[in-house]
Parts: sequence; structure tokens; C-alpha cells
Amino acid sequence: MRNIATLLFLGGLAFLLIVITGSLDFGAPPMRIGTQIQAATAGDVGTANIVTAVVLGYRGLDTLGELSILFAAATAGGLVLGSAAARARPDGGFILRAGADLMFPLLLIAGLYIVIHGHLTPGGGFQGGVILAAAFFLPLLARPGTTPGHRWLMWIEGLSGATFIVIGLLALYRGDAFLTPLFDHGTLGELVSGGSLPLLYLAVGLKVGAELAGLLMRLAQDDEVTS
Amino acid sequence: MIWLALVVVALTLGAAVAVLLLDNLLAATAAASAVSLGVAVIFVLLHAPDVAMTEAVVGAGLSGLILALALRRLGLARLDVGPGGGRNDA
Amino acid sequence: MTTQIGLVFFIAAIGLCVIGIGGIVLSRNLFRMVLALAIAEAGANLLLVLAGYRWDAVAPILSAGQMPAPMVDPVPQAMVLTAIVIGVGVQALALTLVVRVKQRYGTLDMQLARERMNAEIDATADVTPPRSQERPRGERPLPAPAGGAHD
Repeated sequence: MRNIATLLFLGGLAFLLIVITGSLDFGAPPMRIGTQIQAATAGDVGTANIVTAVVLGYRGLDTLGELSILFAAATAGGLVLGSAAARARPDGGFILRAGADLMFPLLLIAGLYIVIHGHLTPGGGFQGGVILAAAFFLPLLARPGTTPGHRWLMWIEGLSGATFIVIGLLALYRGDAFLTPLFDHGTLGELVSGGSLPLLYLAVGLKVGAELAGLLMRLAQDDEVTS
Repeated sequence: MIWLALVVVALTLGAAVAVLLLDNLLAATAAASAVSLGVAVIFVLLHAPDVAMTEAVVGAGLSGLILALALRRLGLARLDVGPGGGRNDA
Repeated sequence: MTTQIGLVFFIAAIGLCVIGIGGIVLSRNLFRMVLALAIAEAGANLLLVLAGYRWDAVAPILSAGQMPAPMVDPVPQAMVLTAIVIGVGVQALALTLVVRVKQRYGTLDMQLARERMNAEIDATADVTPPRSQERPRGERPLPAPAGGAHD
């Protein structure tokens, strides 16, 4: 009985989605805002990657909200899991240790590159931040005995979050709207261009990286109740 | 293009069904990562490189890592499926 | 040609949504519900990006110099970028809650966990639980539990 009801529900859901998507014109969206943003990005913001312009320039407030949601999730995760005593896990083994040593600088460079070039090429603070988190988590997986630097991570996270907000407030102080790109946007396609957007993305990348690294470390810890 | 799209979509949907049907939860986690990877390829085909990168890094990488760590913490990260080995009713 | 490709992609998006939500509804294992939620999320994201796709366009990245061909709509892409990252945050939070449920009640089965939780609440409140909820009186056998075919 329950299965039949579920199947009916799923069929109805699929039907609804098909009806909705059937009314869309595939390959020819209306793009009421999109075309304007595409035309205005080069002059307004000056980033080559238009998605970055939307994420940080036009809808920077949404990104701040997203960061706070991520922060709340990571904090709640830490709160629920608690800080259990780190018990010695069996060692990661030679292959994992050597691999972690080899990968750490490469991951660091890849992550920083993706963060810093976020306004020119695909990528940015979120993607690069995740790679940075992986880079800092990998040695911990290889050597379970080492103590994770939670205090460090907390400072990085707090400072980068504060930087994001301070850059937004500076625009407010100058008389513009919150999070309006500061500075002069240089020539399109240069590394130093796009005004304050690269700085914002750097802050986002550091914050996301520190947050997720802390979350991963907390999840990797063992607790004494279960094992 | 259409053949590529068909193959990727078939793999993605197959992996999605496998997530629900596999007994071993570690295998189901791997299948969920495969779904994210397939969706990332579809994003590339749709001219959305930013989203594809995010989906590949976050969906296929980080999310799989978080799921596997949680599974290890739950004590269910096993590779073998013995009699009742992978079923997690209790 | 383009409509065919569109059809394939729409099938993928709708299929992922339906499989994911079906998994959430059908499955009893809490961990598998988190996995199914991730699949449904991927399907919804795909649907959003599909809504902004133009078949004659290029990726929304300006090259230095001239204003070239038309571009794919960047707004849904930025939205999906946000949604993916929020999705992983939600997933991490859900997983920590699953870990806590396992620690407290020793099971991942949703119905078992709910029974134990109710029993615990009743015990704390000094209430005898009503009898007739799960077991019928007399000798009638319990009906075979519907659902839970694969979990």
C-alpha cells in the first residue's frame, strides 16, 4: 500500500516536472537580466569571468549569506559532534604518507591558483577553497597522531570573514551600495583587474578552506563511545 | 555530441539507481560521487565551466570524502558484503 | 538535433530529481536518505542550468578585446554555484546528526530510531506508552511490513 502511494507520488512529481520543463524553450531562454549583465560587466566590474561578476559583484550579498550558512553548518557540526579526544588510529602506511607529502605542495599551488585566477578563468574561492581544505586535511589522514591546529583555522576563518565584510563596508563608507567593487578595474584579462573582487574571492577561498578543513578534521576524529 | 550526451546521461542515471540499490553503503557513497561526476560532465557540455568545476570538486570530491568519513565514524565502512555484512538494519 | 539533446538532458535532470526524491521517501536507512538528497540536489541544479542554456552560445567568459558571440545566461549558473556549496554544508550537518542518532539509539533505521526515541521520551516523562499502536491484541498476526523492500 505504502509502495503504491509512493509510486503514485513519484509519478505525479515526474509529470509535474515534465509539464514545467515542456513549457520551457530549450536553447532559447528569455534572458531578461542575462543580456544586460553580459553587456555591462566589462564596463561595470571588469572581470573576464561573468559568473564571478554575478557572484561577487552584482549579488555579493547572496555570497555573504552563503558564507554564513556554511559557517553555521560547520559550527553546528562541531557543536553536535563535540571535540572528542583524538585517539591514536593505526598509522596510514608508507604509501599514504609518501603520497601525502608529494601531493601537499601541488594541491596548495593548485588551490591558490584557482582562487587567485577566479575572476579570469572558471574557478574561484569556493572551488579553490575546497582544494585547499583537502591539501591541509591529507597530511592529517596520513599521520593520525598529529594534533590538528584548530586554533589556527579559527583565526584564518575569522580574519578572512571579517575582511570580506570590511571590504563591503568600505564601499558603504565611500557612498556606494554594500559590497560595490572598490578600486579601479584595470584592463580586462589581466591578473590585477576587477577592482576588489580578487581580494573578496581570496577571502572567500581562505574562509571556505579553513571551515571545511576544520569540519573534515572533526569528522575524522574518533569518539570513544562508538568505534 | 548526442552520443556523448546519451552515454553520460545513461551512466549518471545508472549510478543514481545504484545508490539506492547497493547494499554496501561505501559502494553507494562511491556511486553518489559518480553521479556528481556525470553531472559535472553534463555541465561542461552545457557551457557552464564554473559550475562544472564546483560540482566536480565539491560534489564528487568533498562530498564523497565527508560521506566516507561519516561512514567510518559510524563504523560501517566495510568493503566486504558478507551475510548481513553490508546491511545496516541494526 | 538541438531538441534531441535537450530532451536527453531534461530526461537526466528529471530522472535524477525523481530518483533522489524516491530514494528519500522509500529508503529507511538514514545514511541512504542523505545520499538520495544529494542526488535530488544534483538533479535540481541540472534543471536550473538547463533553463539558462542557449544552443548557439559560448561559455560566459569574456576574452580580452572584442565582444564576441552570444553567451549562455550567467545568472542561473551563479545561483547553482551557490546552491552546490550550500548543499554540501547541509549534507555535512545532516551527517553529523546521523552520527549522533547512531550514537544515541544504536541504529540507522528510521523507524527503529523513532520507536526508541518515543520509548525514551515516555520513560523520561513516566508515561506508559499506549499499547495498540504497533501490536494488535488477540492472536491476529501482524501484517507483513509493507515497503522496505531493499533496506
